[in-house]
Amino acid sequence: MKKRTMFFRMITASLIRRRSRMFIALLAIAVGATILSGLTTIYYDVPRQMGEQFRNYGANMIFMASALNEEGLTSDILEQGLTQIPDSKIVGCAPYRYETVTINNQPVIVAGTDLQGVSKTSPYWFVDGEWPSSNGQILIGKQIAETLSCGIGDTLLMTYSEEAIENPEQPDEVPDRGLNADAVNIEFTITGILDTGGNEESYIFMSLEDISELTGEGPYDVCELSVSASSEELTGYVDNITSRDLGITPRLVKRVTQSETTVLTKLQSLVFLVTIVVLMLMMICVATTMMAVVTERRKEIGLRKALGASDRSIVVEFMGEGMMLGAVGGLIGSFMGFAFAQAVSVNVFNSTITLRPILVPITIVASVIVTGIACLIPVRRTTEVNPALVLKGE
Amino acid sequence: MSLLELKDVSKIYGPLKALDKVSLTVEEGEWVAIMGPSGSGKSTMMNIISCLDTPTEGQVLLDGVDIAKENSKRLTEIRRDKIGLIFQQFHLVNYLTALENVMVAQYYHSMPDEAEAMEALEMVGLKDRAKHLPAQLSGGEQQRVCIARALTNHPEIMLADEPTGNLDEANENIVLDLFRQLHKAGTTLIVVTHDPEVADVAGRTIILEHGKIKKEVINSKEK
Ligand SMILES: Nc1ncnc2c1ncn2[C@@H]1O[C@H](COP(=O)(O)OP(=O)(O)OP(=O)(O)O)[C@@H](O)[C@H]1O
Ligand SMILES: [Mg+2]
Repeated sequence: MKKRTMFFRMITASLIRRRSRMFIALLAIAVGATILSGLTTIYYDVPRQMGEQFRNYGANMIFMASALNEEGLTSDILEQGLTQIPDSKIVGCAPYRYETVTINNQPVIVAGTDLQGVSKTSPYWFVDGEWPSSNGQILIGKQIAETLSCGIGDTLLMTYSEEAIENPEQPDEVPDRGLNADAVNIEFTITGILDTGGNEESYIFMSLEDISELTGEGPYDVCELSVSASSEELTGYVDNITSRDLGITPRLVKRVTQSETTVLTKLQSLVFLVTIVVLMLMMICVATTMMAVVTERRKEIGLRKALGASDRSIVVEFMGEGMMLGAVGGLIGSFMGFAFAQAVSVNVFNSTITLRPILVPITIVASVIVTGIACLIPVRRTTEVNPALVLKGE
Repeated sequence: MSLLELKDVSKIYGPLKALDKVSLTVEEGEWVAIMGPSGSGKSTMMNIISCLDTPTEGQVLLDGVDIAKENSKRLTEIRRDKIGLIFQQFHLVNYLTALENVMVAQYYHSMPDEAEAMEALEMVGLKDRAKHLPAQLSGGEQQRVCIARALTNHPEIMLADEPTGNLDEANENIVLDLFRQLHKAGTTLIVVTHDPEVADVAGRTIILEHGKIKKEVINSKEK
């Protein structure tokens, strides 16, 4: 039989048959490794997760007609602008048209937009009721709903006439709206009330088709975009579109992109810090356990020395036990860490992550190293055992 | 040349002389018993012979080498190569089987050899207990495993400090029979005991008192 075979036979027997004590150390290592691999997974996944999260925070780029563009932001011009950004990077796109209409002679601002796109660029919009699903349906801002004292399911008759809007202060000069040849009257059904905490609450939202029907064709006023890209890339797109002179002035929504980066760095350093602290705690726990193990096994150490073991071979055996424990703990921890990261990801970020196989060996190696370091001092104490003394009495 | 020669060996603990100028010669193949009251220095002497301890003064020649002068690393090597130890408390590794306990001695000595370890267990009559843990063995059986462990490396000297101290009479006789076999096979035996019956089977009995050899008895009725 090879010496190495006997070596592993001895240390595995020690670990398996002396379960209770080693179980504590194993638990510490496994927990440490779980946190290590879990947080590392999150550490690498957070940028992606946070990117999506912040995109969810709203649009991070807007297009407006440039000063020299007299046509305004038409759909053709918008189309050209959008071709400058890879399709895969565009999470959502919502062009807006704002017009003023009257409801019971009161002027009200209506916004026509791609409601599908809005749900991407403004996912924080809270809608009481339903999003419009067909033409003729509208979302109404909470504030204006209160002003008009109307609710879900109610209908609103909107009137659009250029004169009426131009002279909103003197509605008396138009004695009969119905006789105004230019006026368009359309009835809309409220499907939901919009609660955003922002000034969207004083607008009425409808589809682009509806607003065209009500107010006629016209260019967009602004287009909000949600682009999934780093701040460098975003700046790149802006510069590119500006230089191409497409009639579009692109602008980044600075607040979001910058806070995205700072929050990320802060989160990552927090994760890093927690990992270090957990590894230290794991080291302390392993060191304490090993210290107790060495004390507990002084007779056995003395016996091995009496049988001719050198100090070195005993150190190697105890380190072997410690490191094997580290490897097993690391293996358990790398999978539990994935489960942990998955749970965090699902609960905090609402998305799943994929297991990075490379993290398994990395976690094992890291916990073997940490365990090894933790064992150094306790294991050195084996050299102090004097066989003549420990083998003497009961 | 004698196998073992102690010349004016003293071990001094502060004011106490645990051994006081002890001289003793043991020839190869001899069976020596050491007796004496508690605290007379028997274990101290055994520890010095087994290279677990060094004397304060004097010479200890083992195979002509003065082990009193060696450093602890060399002492470990000498112990490993030449000495088999048997303890009153057996000192088996509690998480290893009987067989593995024997193999531990082989492991530190040279190469673990399962077949040879099994032979040693067979010699002490424990072949069928090879896979048992110490806790599953009786005291007598544990002592036999301890003897198997000591003999598996074919040591030049077998040292036993109170080997039957924890055993009943039946087990004591089994152990003594094993010693007889080893003695017949030519192994040198030094056995510390309180029990005159155990001392009687040896060829010679040394009686220690206050760290000095008080008396030496040659046992004529050797069996
Ligand atoms: N490490 C030590 N430090 C101080 N004194 C010691 C030490 N070891 C032994 N002694 C003393 O040396 C004397 C001899 O001890 P030793 O163990 O050799 O006795 P012994 O003959 O084996 O006794 P017993 O029959 O009780 O085992 C005792 O008085 C003991 O107290
Ligand atoms: Mg003693």
